Amino acid sequence: MSPPGRRFPTGDVARVSVFAALIAVLGLPGALNVFGNAVPITLQTFGVMLAGAILGTWRAALAVAVLLVLVAAGLPLLAGGRGGLGVFAGPSVGFLIGWLPGAAVIGWIVERGGRNPGIVRLLIACVAGGVGVIYLFGIPLQAAVTGLTLGKAAVLSAVFLPGDVAKAVLASLVARGTQRAYPDAVPSVHRERIRAAGGR
Amino acid sequence: MTGYYVPGDSLLHRLPAGAKLLGLAVLCTLLLLFPSPLAPVVAVVLVASLYVVSGVGFTAAWAQIRPIRWFAVALFAMQWAFVDLLGAATSTARVVIAVALAGLVTLTTRTTAMMAFLERCLAPARFVGLDPFRLSLLLSLTVRSVPVVAGLATRVREAQRARGVEWSVRAFAVPLVVSALRHADALGEALSARGLDD
Repeated sequence: MSPPGRRFPTGDVARVSVFAALIAVLGLPGALNVFGNAVPITLQTFGVMLAGAILGTWRAALAVAVLLVLVAAGLPLLAGGRGGLGVFAGPSVGFLIGWLPGAAVIGWIVERGGRNPGIVRLLIACVAGGVGVIYLFGIPLQAAVTGLTLGKAAVLSAVFLPGDVAKAVLASLVARGTQRAYPDAVPSVHRERIRAAGGR
Repeated sequence: MTGYYVPGDSLLHRLPAGAKLLGLAVLCTLLLLFPSPLAPVVAVVLVASLYVVSGVGFTAAWAQIRPIRWFAVALFAMQWAFVDLLGAATSTARVVIAVALAGLVTLTTRTTAMMAFLERCLAPARFVGLDPFRLSLLLSLTVRSVPVVAGLATRVREAQRARGVEWSVRAFAVPLVVSALRHADALGEALSARGLDD
């Protein structure tokens, strides 16, 4: 019944939905208080980076897609309880859409690292996918929506750059910690295990 | 988790989700195609009257626009500095109108109706092994997982407080992600035990 070549194991359905939920939870107010309660930081892009580093290319992109579909359907799952179609008409639409290729690129780079991706690879992946790719989509779409030139849109977005780089550093540290505590969190290890279990 | 839907019986409430999305896409495109300063004026009147017809009330309408208010101010100031007052007003109005219009679709469409429509749109995903059943399982499982993962986050934070490492992001995120993965893998096993793997 399913087409040849590709099957989608049930275990992956669970992982993808739980990670989509994790990205949503990281945007809830008070989910994470940095420095006591002084700096309210939303960590949704951090969640997207973690999804990429742990789920691998396709599952990470799917987790982000599922989250975006639920947001479009009107659930308030984005940081600050935002949701609905308004966010897709707004100026930051590109930064949301960019999550999808961003997570996929992170997954791709991490998968190339085999069974034990090092911290340097994780860091490069998070910066390239989680900051580079997301800005690559975010800035031009912001320019298109607002009618600003690319350069001015870039200036407007530069404010968020330090925070996003910090999130990428943090995400790579957390991904590394997770993968050491739970080896099945490495995309390649997980795939081998699924294959060995006859999951496909 | 209730979403933004405001119950009602207006014409907008009764239109099918697909029709409203199509209308939204058409209006937003028109807005981009006509750069004349008159277009936003016409659009503002149109959107305002649509809001009146829908009867969702002012509070709900403001909640849709509120998230972009600071961005709109920054955009207006920047455009005014670099272009002119008219251009600044036009392009700022265009962004606000698009957001308001999209918000109106969200306010007048039940989340379940929108989800059913999006699921139909995603039907081609079956070519990568995601049949419609798995797709709707994926969506509903995610909705169900949000409170579960939020519960895990609360537990981890309490443990963190007990250990006195409240300030460490790493001490929060690593256990959270590991417990989320454990939960996901147990859930996956439970699903296959019930024969969902065919």
